[in-house]
Amino acid sequence: MEAVLFILFGAIAVCGAIMVVTRKSPMASALYLILTLFAVAALFVLRQAHFLAAVQVIVYAGAVVVLFVFVIMLINVPEDRLPVERATTTRVLGVLAAGIFILESAVLARRFWMQKGPAAEVGTVETVGRALFTDYLLAFEITSVLLLAAVIGAIALAKRKT
Amino acid sequence: MTIGVIKVARPRKMSFPESLYLVEIVKGLGVTMGHMLSNIVRQEGIKTIEYPEVRREMPPRFRGRHRLMKREDGTPRCVACYCCATACPAKCITIVAGESPDPGVEKYPVRFDIDMLRCVFCGMCVEACPCDAIRMDTGWFTPPDDTREKLIFTIDTLLEK
Amino acid sequence: MTGPLFDIAVAVARIAVFFAFCFGLVVVMTWVERKGAAYIQDRRGPNRADIFGIRAWGLFHPLADALKFLFKEDFIPDNAHRLFYQMAPMFSLAPAILGIAVIPFGPDVTVMGRRIALQIADLNVGILYLFAVSGMTVYGVVLAGWASGSKYPLLGGLRSSAQMLSYEVSMGLSLIGIFMVFESVRMSQIVTGQGGLLFGVLPKWGVFVQPLGFILFLVAQYAEANRTPFDLPEGESELVAGYHTEYASFKFSMFMMAEYLHMVVGAAVVATLFFGGWQFPYLGDAGFLLPGGSTVAVPPALVLLLRIGAFVSKVLFFAWLYVWIRWTIPRLRYDQVMRLGWKVMLPLSLLNIFATGLILLLLNK
Repeated sequence: MEAVLFILFGAIAVCGAIMVVTRKSPMASALYLILTLFAVAALFVLRQAHFLAAVQVIVYAGAVVVLFVFVIMLINVPEDRLPVERATTTRVLGVLAAGIFILESAVLARRFWMQKGPAAEVGTVETVGRALFTDYLLAFEITSVLLLAAVIGAIALAKRKT
Repeated sequence: MTIGVIKVARPRKMSFPESLYLVEIVKGLGVTMGHMLSNIVRQEGIKTIEYPEVRREMPPRFRGRHRLMKREDGTPRCVACYCCATACPAKCITIVAGESPDPGVEKYPVRFDIDMLRCVFCGMCVEACPCDAIRMDTGWFTPPDDTREKLIFTIDTLLEK
Repeated sequence: MTGPLFDIAVAVARIAVFFAFCFGLVVVMTWVERKGAAYIQDRRGPNRADIFGIRAWGLFHPLADALKFLFKEDFIPDNAHRLFYQMAPMFSLAPAILGIAVIPFGPDVTVMGRRIALQIADLNVGILYLFAVSGMTVYGVVLAGWASGSKYPLLGGLRSSAQMLSYEVSMGLSLIGIFMVFESVRMSQIVTGQGGLLFGVLPKWGVFVQPLGFILFLVAQYAEANRTPFDLPEGESELVAGYHTEYASFKFSMFMMAEYLHMVVGAAVVATLFFGGWQFPYLGDAGFLLPGGSTVAVPPALVLLLRIGAFVSKVLFFAWLYVWIRWTIPRLRYDQVMRLGWKVMLPLSLLNIFATGLILLLLNK
């Protein structure tokens, strides 16, 4: 049962991701991105990582992609006036990168194929919270300082008189 | 003080608890709830008139839909003089005159149609009529209908009222 | 019945009953909204639809509305993006109902020797799940606004997504205080935690331990649901009907249903987090425990009924509050909405977290 669900959601995630990069309309890409994010969240749920799944949906699907969509709406370029992509070098490089990535995952998959992950307790809110505020406190705080810097930077850019 | 200058009181600055709006919103909720409860308990506060079962009293000089008056013997008072049709700015009155069987009367209307879809309810026809044969004192406006034909009132409809 | 079959039967029954409750309440709420508005404004409201001459105070109007929507022409404007235009109502309806999955409707009951939670799923991420779901609702609005291919829906969609993003922040932060007090994000534990007494008199409900959090959450929720006074994404005077201007027939009614489902689920969330969920004041498992120390024994079946009744009446009250507020308060201006969201609600919710933490720290010493 779990394996079937894993393959199903994994397939959805991969297909969605391919659609994201191949669709012409930015809105369609954004919607496929949501699909992919949801499929990945479902994979997290299958590994009992409920907290990660919820955060994945809240932060990525609920906030980041909404901002993408917001910008797409704000600019609202009609589909027939989108720029034509011709950069062949980037395509070659992209295919190359994808090949390397597939190779790497194959190597990893050979080691960890169908291995049971850590026990169910790891993904709950309590354990993640405890880990964040004890063992990884420094990393956590540094991340928040980084975000603060980004916010201040955004305000500084917005306030600058040109 | 100069004539014609009205001093308007500026809106008072809100006090701090007012500017929080919390108490004010609760007060407002009280007002609406009061209206609702009183309307549920007593129906007098409700302003709705349940047309068509209940009709509003129109003022006596209200110009409503027309009626044609009858003589004492029941024949129409109209003598088909075309005064109303001539006076009508909307050209909504169609009269076809015929010779009256009554020797004391010259003409009578064979047809007297008012196109209620064109009528502007100005009352000119009533003003123009020399025999007080057309009046607009029914106190009611034209009710809606399904077809255009039904809204061209014929002499029979007009005499009924 | 055997084990797994019994579990599946219970799960299906729970989902069916809770969904039926929500959709039934949606139907009733459309009537309550129209009738309540009428009585508040000294009118009579809908009372004409009848079945065999029985009018029943206009209660058949929702039925008539539904039939009307079903038989209207399913129209797609020329400029619309066909697929996304059709998807938008579904995107808006589905997340609206999903929130009900983590709401406990009552305490655990024992049926045929088994404990059954009156809750579809008691996730350990409870409230986070609610946030995730409510974050999804914005897509229906945005997609409808964009796919309609018309400027009013586009503006409505833009406004609404900006508004939802702004208020989601303070909505999340206003609940942190509740996690801190009840030391869990699991909905069932939050409800159980509200069973005690505060100072020996007041029930230990969220609203009494987190009054500021309650007000902030309520306001943010109204803004999220696009209800008055925050309904300017569909401000008639400027934007015709906002994001669903181009929608008609059943697709429009799906937007309507989504709005009312938001109200019902939102009411259930407020009742659960801030008003004790299924907790009946002073009612313990065995009977009433009054503050004076006196007790009144109540049979367990009645306790269960009272608790479910308490939950349902709380939900009904908060659903009614949405209607009540709508016909009391005028709509805000857009800059006022944004100022309230970022300059008032956000600092206050941060302050609330800080103050709650400070008080908890002092109490634990």
